[in-house]
Amino acid sequence: MKRKIPLLITFTVGIILIISEFIPHKPFGQLSGELEIWFLIISGFAILLGQLSLFKVNILKIKYKQRDWQFYTITLISFIIMVTLGFLWGTGKSAGMLGQGEVISNILGYKPFDYLFHNIYQHLQATMFSLLAFFIASAAYRAFIGRTVESNLLLVSAVLVMLGNTTLGSLLTGWLPESLNFLHLPKISEFIMTFPTTAGQRAIMIGAGLGIIGSSLRIILGIERSYLGGE
Amino acid sequence: MKKYLIFLFILYTCFLFSQEILLNIKDKPNDDGSALLISWDTSQIISSKIIIERETSDGKFITITSSEEPIGTFEDGSKIITGIRYEYCLTAYDSNGEIIQITRTTGESSAQWFNKDKISLLIFALLITISIVYYIFSARSGKHLYIRKIAGLESMDESVGRATEMGRPILFIPGTLDLDDMQTIAGLTILRKLAQKAAEYDAKLIVPVCRSMVLSTAKEVVKEAFMKAGHPDAYDPNSVFYLTDDQFGYVAGVDGIIVREKPAANFFLGAFYAESLILAETGFASGAIQTAGTAMPSQLPFFVVACDYTLIGEELFAASAYLSKDPHQLGSLKGQDFGKAIFIIVLVIGIILEISGVHFLKDFLTLH
Repeated sequence: MKRKIPLLITFTVGIILIISEFIPHKPFGQLSGELEIWFLIISGFAILLGQLSLFKVNILKIKYKQRDWQFYTITLISFIIMVTLGFLWGTGKSAGMLGQGEVISNILGYKPFDYLFHNIYQHLQATMFSLLAFFIASAAYRAFIGRTVESNLLLVSAVLVMLGNTTLGSLLTGWLPESLNFLHLPKISEFIMTFPTTAGQRAIMIGAGLGIIGSSLRIILGIERSYLGGE
Repeated sequence: MKKYLIFLFILYTCFLFSQEILLNIKDKPNDDGSALLISWDTSQIISSKIIIERETSDGKFITITSSEEPIGTFEDGSKIITGIRYEYCLTAYDSNGEIIQITRTTGESSAQWFNKDKISLLIFALLITISIVYYIFSARSGKHLYIRKIAGLESMDESVGRATEMGRPILFIPGTLDLDDMQTIAGLTILRKLAQKAAEYDAKLIVPVCRSMVLSTAKEVVKEAFMKAGHPDAYDPNSVFYLTDDQFGYVAGVDGIIVREKPAANFFLGAFYAESLILAETGFASGAIQTAGTAMPSQLPFFVVACDYTLIGEELFAASAYLSKDPHQLGSLKGQDFGKAIFIIVLVIGIILEISGVHFLKDFLTLH
């Protein structure tokens, strides 16, 4: 029964949702949206599990003084501070237990929660995102080292695309006559991005789409049961 | 004389008719009856602005739209109920804001039982579904099905073995999207196989997740895998844990784990966005053997560059069937291949027809 009931629910809901894609009439037309709301409600409850997991794992690491345990303390303290401030004075336009906190808001310019969000959290987020620039450089360096025919092709096309997107690229081939305009670097760059790149991406997307159909059918028909934790 | 008078009368009537505003209310096709299509043509009069109003249940008129165009269409989807006849009023104004003409008409919406715009989708879905089901039954009857080798999945033993030899953990990331994304589910099905192997080899597994729903499922999957491997005692409930829902907060957390724990093998299997390269490059720097897989075309180049093995698009979804060696699941992969063949044929025919100036196939396949 532990297996059969979830499989039955999956099969029924899966088939109804497939049918509803082609039937706009009520109640089928609204089913997809309704189930998304159900998912959000269940996710809301599941968030509690996530928070409990976060606490448990971090407290255990602090308790047993694992390596770098101080960092886990910072995580927990930050979590408690943000939750407390949110509860006391709310966030955005919503009030907390102590109201809108006008006095503090006047001093800080924001509510305490929002103040920390805008002045610490967003900067930390931007810092992590900025790392991407350096990682792209290091990854590109490895990718562009010409070792095989494929990597040489990648190197050539990457150089053409990069040059084509800079003013230097326009300058380099700007002297070409009108009849050789197709060799103008920005044109070559545009061609590479519009045709080979898009074609490749679409091929991957078609394959992935078929993969999703196959996986969905396996799950709906009960052939694939790994997500239930069993065979 | 009589004929002449009749001719003049008809001519006068036509003239009067030609001065009228055309206001049409039609049911929006292929919908659930929640919208009406309004079209107007005021080109026969010189108006600078038109306002269209709809009568409410209490007899008042509310403005639906206004336009300065003489000909136009508008979709009224605001609180339209199926089976109720709505009255619309179009008022045309001149450049001084004076009313030139008022036209009224009524319309009623209805819900359809089949969306004709999606007939091509239905045909393709049926074709692919039938082929998948056919190959599943073929596999069940014992027919041998050839499936090409997927290097990224073949390397799983190598990765787990390496982690065991080095005494370091295995890191598994099931993407950054929730359980309603197929890539996450595909990632979790691979996690099950990986957890089973980790249990057999007695290797430590770390699964940080960024969605609470994924946490519950991943815990269950890993627990069952350890039980199936015959090592339920080796299962550590804290090996699967939640970090944060925030994209870059999660990346910071995982990067920290990679730097501190130095996993011997990293698996990034699921849906990824900008975090893909940050994770993969940190893993590369730590010297781990890395396997990635996603169906996000924009993230695949990053994984290809930074990881040892990459499952591209469909390979991620095929992983579960490939690893299980179950004939039913392998049959479904064959069905997918048949679907690919259909796509290739339709693409080639479509290209030929478009070059020839015949557009019916493109029009038929376009979803509105």
